[in-house]
Amino acid sequence: MPDTLAHPVRFGSNAGQPVTRRDGIAKVTGTATFTADNSPENLLHAVYVPATIARGRVTHLDVAAAEAHPGVTMVMTPGNRPALQGDPSAKPTMFSFRIEVLQDDSVRYAGQPIALVLGETLEAATEGARLLNPRYAAEPARTRIDDDEAAPVEPGGFGRPAGVEHGDVAAGHAAATKAIDVTYETSAQYHNAMETHAVVAQWEGDKLSLDVPSQALLMSCAGYAYFFGIPAENVTIRAPYLGGGFGSKAIPTGPQVLAILAAKETGRPVKLMLTRQQMFGPVGHRGATRQRLRLGIDDGAALTVIDHEGLAATSSFDDFVEPAANASQGLYAAGALRSAHRAVRLDVGTPGPMRAPGEASGSAALECAMDEMAEAAGIDPLEFRLRNYAETEPGTGKPYSSKALRECYMQGAERFGWSGRPLLPRQMKDENGLLTGWGMGTALFPCPMFAADARATLRSDGSALVETSAIDMGQGAWTALAQIAADSLGLPLDMVEFRAGHSSLPDGGVAGGSGHTATAGGALHAAGGDVIRQLGEIAAADPESPLHGAGNAAFSARDGRLYVDGDDSRSDSFADILARAGSAELVGNGSASRAPEDAEKFSMHSHGAVFAEVKVDPDLCQVRVTRMVGAFAAGRIINPKLAESQLLGGMIWGISFALHEEAKHDPRTGRIVNADFAGYHVPVNADVTGLEVLTVHEDDPYVNALGIKGVGEIGIVGSVGAIANAIWHATGHRIRRFPIRIEDLLTA
Amino acid sequence: MSLSIRLTINGAPRDIALEDARVTLLDLLRERLALPGTKKGCDRGQCGACTVIVNGKRVNSCLTLAATLDGAQVTTIEGLATGDRLHPVQEAFIEQDGFQCGYCTPGQIMSAVGLIAEGRAGDDPERIREGMSGNICRCAAYHGITLAVQEATRRMAEAEKGDAA
Repeated sequence: MPDTLAHPVRFGSNAGQPVTRRDGIAKVTGTATFTADNSPENLLHAVYVPATIARGRVTHLDVAAAEAHPGVTMVMTPGNRPALQGDPSAKPTMFSFRIEVLQDDSVRYAGQPIALVLGETLEAATEGARLLNPRYAAEPARTRIDDDEAAPVEPGGFGRPAGVEHGDVAAGHAAATKAIDVTYETSAQYHNAMETHAVVAQWEGDKLSLDVPSQALLMSCAGYAYFFGIPAENVTIRAPYLGGGFGSKAIPTGPQVLAILAAKETGRPVKLMLTRQQMFGPVGHRGATRQRLRLGIDDGAALTVIDHEGLAATSSFDDFVEPAANASQGLYAAGALRSAHRAVRLDVGTPGPMRAPGEASGSAALECAMDEMAEAAGIDPLEFRLRNYAETEPGTGKPYSSKALRECYMQGAERFGWSGRPLLPRQMKDENGLLTGWGMGTALFPCPMFAADARATLRSDGSALVETSAIDMGQGAWTALAQIAADSLGLPLDMVEFRAGHSSLPDGGVAGGSGHTATAGGALHAAGGDVIRQLGEIAAADPESPLHGAGNAAFSARDGRLYVDGDDSRSDSFADILARAGSAELVGNGSASRAPEDAEKFSMHSHGAVFAEVKVDPDLCQVRVTRMVGAFAAGRIINPKLAESQLLGGMIWGISFALHEEAKHDPRTGRIVNADFAGYHVPVNADVTGLEVLTVHEDDPYVNALGIKGVGEIGIVGSVGAIANAIWHATGHRIRRFPIRIEDLLTA
Repeated sequence: MSLSIRLTINGAPRDIALEDARVTLLDLLRERLALPGTKKGCDRGQCGACTVIVNGKRVNSCLTLAATLDGAQVTTIEGLATGDRLHPVQEAFIEQDGFQCGYCTPGQIMSAVGLIAEGRAGDDPERIREGMSGNICRCAAYHGITLAVQEATRRMAEAEKGDAA
């Protein structure tokens, strides 16, 4: 642990408090406006037609029948689609995918748009879309991971992960006195935010105004602008609230681009909202994986090698290879480490980042393999992890900027009661005869930062306006970021008006990678600091200010007053300083990104430990998660109430990954047969009981000025393995594919 | 074709000239009556985001054809608060952090109001979880939702007791 503070860390009166959501009233009264809630005058409704085969060509669409339906105003097909200025196969921004916008009659996956129908009403457009009754020349679809040959991944940034190799891997295998060689499979999963992807598009000349849910407002402006050949500043996005994102709403998708094109063509506002079924295809998913893990230990149960190979499914036309194997490279101290990725091309929509991309799938396999290795060694799984605790980053030897994982293990184990766990499986039964098992997993997640800007304006009445194009998709940006801003200005929270969710504001960056609070918060913190600095200069130079001449001393701000540090008798109110200077307002600017020298010097990660209890019916093999404790160290927690909610949500995603989620393809048509909430299972309230989150104190002076690491994704990471390991402990069966099904246990 | 119906929505009578028999209550509220607080999550009764109260019972408005509702009383999320005074369920959802993104929240809250009126769950968390399981929350704010329904149930029962006394 570093023992010096490289950057001053401020601890104020707002950040750190469990404030309830500032957008709470809007969200409980139905006045929070989501994209599809907007209905401008003269609106047209768009409905897109999804391909019902996975590979081939569209040979016929009954356009005449659709056009003849009352209320249908336009049918857009590859035959009459107006030109786009940008190439749908290009990648105009940092995170981009090739999109399907009726560029030809080919079908590359089920669910791909093959036509767009516009109508005066939603009912008319929906019926028009049905009447198109497509016919196809279908080819055999490849939808299973063995349906085509795997190929190595050529590393190339986003979606094409490089492998990692540290130490002598062959020697690591040779040195092992005990070894395991196991293969785990994970299923294709679809984000399924409750708000489906939507857009309301309006053109005025060459200016485009969009309501669209976006996890990256300015980047999305650039993306949409590219397709329509206009400057990015001509695109305005309003996105005050996202009905969930989980990684699927960062970039323009084909259906949204088509709706914008339709608005341009018709000269009328157009609204498109994907159906739930249409969420299974053109808007990304977590690709299926098959992962082989070879672990070896010496006589002291120290890992000699972690050798992790991942095979992941991507689409036939674009690359997003789940970087699953890399999840094992930063966690345990092993003599040698290797990760490698291969991909197979299938007739599915292109996968993309989904909550904890790489880490969720990779950790699921790794944490189960660690449990198997501990079993082989005959020692407790927690003890095994402690014996292989990495004091510095494995492979590189870099110090951690902070790492309170040991405390997570201890506090989590204590709270859960782990010490009472029998070593062998199938030892515990509850009072109803249900097999009971306890399992654990370690959670690891990197803490990236993007770049963001912010502006703070102090007003003459002493209140402030703070602005950045930050995004709230449920994590609580409206609250946590306002807390940071208030703290940076030394103002009570109710004196701060916070504006976000609009692309005309300073660039709030990307809400992804669990880095939004750190990034946008960092920019707000800097903007507030800029205001205070200027205010200090004005006051020190003002003979009438009690702070006159104190320019060499440091000032601190609290409760709307500027104080000479260490001398509370000398202070001046913000409002008085501005009034005497004759200023109506004072504007400060700030930006934030990771200091490159810190990024180079330190390994930066959030850590956690998850403990789970399951109960399994010995005859029916039905599995219930009855208890979970997650202990997480994620740097400074701005709002414990909201952070706990996000961590709980992540752990429930872990339950979902372990026991529920799986998109199943019909091998004949390639279509997903369970593309709705009846067939694609996610946890409901009755699936969730006995969950508890502990946040472990951690000061990190290097990760960023505020010491924030982020909590959006790490909750899922250790949870999947913890549940699978608990199932083994209850039943004695290792099920090596996710989700773990009743039939797997019945036939084990 | 014109199908005129009369609905009482959030206490106000509305005469609605409906030209299309296919219009669901959900789309009527959202697209024609400027009441978009009720949300569309699946459009086939699988997620509960569109839950409203019709004649005292919670229903999936996406599965209800508007033309079948002549004379009905409909309460939506927009009609729950009294002026600036939130309904106890709304208050409890804020206090217990019973939501994250807020998209399923109108449906969760209307469902909770319906569940409490049904009077079968009381403040038993297991029954509440079961009774709220028709409402999917992908952010998975279930812990807070259960606490909020428990809390609101207690407060409403106490208020009723107070009124009776």
